[in-house]
Amino acid sequence: MEQINPEIKNKVIAAYNSYNLDKYTEKDVINALKADILTPDDFGALLSPTALPFLEQMAKRAREKKRQFFGDNVYIFTPIYISNYCENYCIYCGFNCHNKIRRAKLDYNAIEKEMQAISKTGLEEILILTGESRNMSDVEYIGKACEIARKYFKMVGIEVYPMNSDEYAYLHKCGADYVTVFQETYNSDKYETLHLAGHKRIFPYRIEAQERALIGGMRGVAFAALLGLDDFRKDAFATGMHAYLLQKKYPHAEISISCPRLRPIINNDKINPKDVHERQLLQIMCAYRMFLPFANITISTRERAGFRDNVINICATKISAGVSTGIGGHTDEAEQGDDQFEIADTRTVDEVLKAICEQGLQPVMNDYVYV
Amino acid sequence: MNNDVFKLGGHEFTSRFILGSGKYSLDLIDAAVKHAKAQIITLALRRANSETDNILDYIPKDVTLLPNTSGARTADEAVRIARLAKACGCGNFVKVEIMRDTKYLLPDNTETIKATEILANEGFVVMPYMYPDLNVARDLANAGASCIMPLAAPIGSNKGLATRDFIKILIDEIDLPIIVDAGIGRPSQACEAMEMGCAAVMANTAIATAGNIPQMAEAFGKAIEAGRTAYLAGLGRVLDSGAAASSPLTGFLAD
Repeated sequence: MEQINPEIKNKVIAAYNSYNLDKYTEKDVINALKADILTPDDFGALLSPTALPFLEQMAKRAREKKRQFFGDNVYIFTPIYISNYCENYCIYCGFNCHNKIRRAKLDYNAIEKEMQAISKTGLEEILILTGESRNMSDVEYIGKACEIARKYFKMVGIEVYPMNSDEYAYLHKCGADYVTVFQETYNSDKYETLHLAGHKRIFPYRIEAQERALIGGMRGVAFAALLGLDDFRKDAFATGMHAYLLQKKYPHAEISISCPRLRPIINNDKINPKDVHERQLLQIMCAYRMFLPFANITISTRERAGFRDNVINICATKISAGVSTGIGGHTDEAEQGDDQFEIADTRTVDEVLKAICEQGLQPVMNDYVYV
Repeated sequence: MNNDVFKLGGHEFTSRFILGSGKYSLDLIDAAVKHAKAQIITLALRRANSETDNILDYIPKDVTLLPNTSGARTADEAVRIARLAKACGCGNFVKVEIMRDTKYLLPDNTETIKATEILANEGFVVMPYMYPDLNVARDLANAGASCIMPLAAPIGSNKGLATRDFIKILIDEIDLPIIVDAGIGRPSQACEAMEMGCAAVMANTAIATAGNIPQMAEAFGKAIEAGRTAYLAGLGRVLDSGAAASSPLTGFLAD
């Protein structure tokens, strides 16, 4: 496992540890709402519980920022899961190695058929995903999938296990230009209790994945905490700081943030007051938008259609459509492997396009050229 | 005014409004052509690269396309994108924009000079987007640029002529059209740029994010025309303090 300069990692962990979400006053929140360029402390104020009653003002300000940086544009993509073999034991994940699900890995022919089927829907951006198994989905296999993807799509991203910078460089040559790695939680102690086996247990290697991807020549990197695994406000703060610090060190890097959450259990508020409801999720997304106005924010199909349609008009800039999280779910042939998670928005590409246009927004299939 | 044509790269234009590319929509292009009388429309090749959502389909055939190199982080990437645009049939105009900063999207002047030289030598009509610096503008002119496109304020910010004094220096010193690009937020700011002596104004966000896109496009078109007319007429002087009688005080003198 490659060692790189730990400066960013150390700063992110320090930011996580020092974030005191209870210290912020209403005045801090109001000042942050007025700021043109937000400091990390302003970002902290907007993520705090004190800011939640200001959600409407936050949404209005986030919308202004979104319009300033992205206009009415909404980018559309879809994920393709090519393998669900996994060597990790993440207790919250449907793909974990102890979960008895149908495992499958698409061969190159099946990948091509899936991609052909997806491209027929008009999509031009694709995100290739695998379970985290180097044995079953080695770098060469992922590289070949990227090469096939380049035949059908203008923009290719990957969401696979973290790797070394030379491996990212190889995948970049194969046509991938964007790397997504979910950190899940930035609380290293909690991380250890949630990831019981596999390479993923190595917290520092994962947290440095985006930097290694940029060293490998990738154009863009995406960040996420799985909100609700631990204190979601602290995790959101660390996610934003991670993106902020990395963009500062690599100013050419294109930054994206995803906002997955564990859904709250009904009537669980007394047991876990830190559940992430839609209000809290929107608060986080608006805080991300104001702190990192230039970054893409992706809204997952884990969320219901009504929520997704509204947030693309406030803070989110990227939306997936025609999603299947199983292996081989895009052709008429039967799905070969089980899904990672259940999605809440099952709409087709055409249905999502229609919903975007009905809001007066501009769907964008591609805004990228591979150079 | 009828003879006041805007010459660029061997072409003549009667409009001095150029539509930028950042926040394209069908409504915006329609409004820019119909209501602001735009004759040049910037085209981000990375958007034109789409097969299902091709911006080219929205642009009227009698409008001059100005492909830009957005997405380029180096001179080499800009050159490749420009060549690709030409190969796609987008003509020989190219707006060079090179950014190594995704946060503020500030142009990289050094790389822009390099790309300008290469592309000008290949016969492109090169329109470089730059941070207003006189030495860089001179280098761009020497490298074969057809005009100079200084930013007025950070792109998309609608903050107006934040670099006013530096743009005035470029107008004074550079014998090429100076086209203000980026940051213009209001028709009055576009008008001021034209009064100063800019040859044209490029805008996008100010119109794209307006409450009524056609009305704002019309307002920009009129403001640019008004500013140009004022420039040609020669602005009256502005006194720092006091007032000047319109009848001369020395008019009583007999010989």
